[in-house]
Amino acid sequence: MDISEIISIDTDRSRFKVHRSGYVNPDLFAAERDAIFNKSWLYVGHESEIATAGDFVTRRVAGRDLVLARDSQGAVRCFHNVCPHRGAKIVREKSGNARSFTCIYHAWKFSNAGKLIGLNGPETYPPGFRQDPQHQLQPVPLLDAYRGLIFINYDSGAVSLTEYLAGAKEYLDLIMDQAQERMVLIGGVQEYAMRANWKLLAENAVDVFHLQPLHPTYFDMIGALSGSTPSFKGLTGEAHYLGNGHTVVEMDTPAGRPIAKWMPGWGEESKASIERVYADLVRRFGEERAFRIANRNRNLVLFPNLVINDHISLTIRCTEPVAPDAMDVTVWGLAPEEEAGNEVAVKRRLTSFIEFLGPGGFATPDDIEALELCQKGFASLQGAPWNDFSKGMASNTTSWMDEGQMRYFWVEWRDRLLRNCEVAA
Amino acid sequence: MSTPETPSRAEIEDFIFHEAELLDAWNLTEWRALFTEECRYLVPTPSADPYASPDSTLHIIADDAFLLTERVKRLGKRTAHAEFPHSKTQRLVSNVRIAASSGDEIHVRSVFATFRSRHGRVDTYYGRHEHILVREAGALKIRQKRSILGMEALRPQGSLSIIV
Repeated sequence: MDISEIISIDTDRSRFKVHRSGYVNPDLFAAERDAIFNKSWLYVGHESEIATAGDFVTRRVAGRDLVLARDSQGAVRCFHNVCPHRGAKIVREKSGNARSFTCIYHAWKFSNAGKLIGLNGPETYPPGFRQDPQHQLQPVPLLDAYRGLIFINYDSGAVSLTEYLAGAKEYLDLIMDQAQERMVLIGGVQEYAMRANWKLLAENAVDVFHLQPLHPTYFDMIGALSGSTPSFKGLTGEAHYLGNGHTVVEMDTPAGRPIAKWMPGWGEESKASIERVYADLVRRFGEERAFRIANRNRNLVLFPNLVINDHISLTIRCTEPVAPDAMDVTVWGLAPEEEAGNEVAVKRRLTSFIEFLGPGGFATPDDIEALELCQKGFASLQGAPWNDFSKGMASNTTSWMDEGQMRYFWVEWRDRLLRNCEVAA
Repeated sequence: MSTPETPSRAEIEDFIFHEAELLDAWNLTEWRALFTEECRYLVPTPSADPYASPDSTLHIIADDAFLLTERVKRLGKRTAHAEFPHSKTQRLVSNVRIAASSGDEIHVRSVFATFRSRHGRVDTYYGRHEHILVREAGALKIRQKRSILGMEALRPQGSLSIIV
């Protein structure tokens, strides 16, 4: 099947179908690596993780091991975590603080700026060997940050990060403006996996339509916490297409928001601090924008693989495609820096996070089940070949309960493959 | 010397093995009743300090009495999709020791391997349990159960929809 045929769009009958080979075909998986992951801006880490000179974290981004570091001069660096000598992975820790990194194999030693500063047995190397650019830690071609989020690009000819983020910047601002100065990661990280194609989570993250059928037990729990089951009646939400495949669903919520929307289950003790934060938002942004920041939820997908959920908590979820039917998922919580000293607020934010999200939450395990069931179903693609994303197409609506945001994602996926590679699936 | 209030390791082992048996049988209502009125069930993230407070450190599970009750209610419903139908599980618990006693609390350590079979796949969860037990009206009760996973991450297991 040709890539252009993976998506079937029938505008007359308002049908939008995706062929299930898009989730299972190993050639397509390899093509995605080249055409999408090697050319898009990819999330690598948060500035607060490397706040101090010498801080570093190690990451795997699109199949490659990287070191993200703040060097001794304070500059942010990102290198391939690979010794230029014989190719061994150098840094094994998940995080730390170091002036230099030394390869265990033959002790080539590099500064935290990536410069080769020590050779074992230098006397038998030719002159100028240590200064050769090929013998330094190899930086990723492009590195940039937006509002604390650090991205890399493996394509030195890519557009700038701000151009790439396009309309998503407006929503990142609404999220990051929750902090007086800056956001910081809080409390650690959840690392888990799904036996499902990575695109299923990109779909799921902006799929509000699934909340009520898939997650009733979560809403039962919130109902027990608050004294009444939350109702979606009268609430509205809209999907927005933000350019370059990025989408967001912005919506009202029946539950609380840790930044500044109180809910009864959180107790009177947290009401006062939430009201103070709200008043501060009004002072900084005026009533209208403050209301939007405080009261509306946002589920944002930055194409291709970053999900930011700004709802019952504020989380960054990054997927790492492992195989056509497997992804690793890493999740961090984010909070305004000034909230760090407020024990009640931090506890509320973390509790709210894990009640819903993560491997032991009241909702994510059911998402994992659903996505893995989809992947199982795709094994029958010869007999049952098409996924449907037609909801809202006939009415041309962008309601939160429609599927236009997934259509937008898939069209971007197809166009990038068509533009950037030659492969027959 | 043991006083009548100080349990023997055999009594503690019986209690811990009984708990595992209830979980294997999906008898979660009876399992929930093993806990004291105020209680915690904690599963820290594998990458964090397992003794860090759940109020300031992200956990996988940090249930108080309310959430533990809700979790048990959830796992009894057909709409707890991740566990309907229930996975088959088998728990091995070993190396049971009384680590310390202070006041009315008995601190017990054990190690576990929990096998979960579902949809033709077997996942293994392993690590150690740290129970804080107290005696109420003669019976042992769980004031806190902390299950510290021994894996680097929940990969490839993914979800922790069972009680480990």
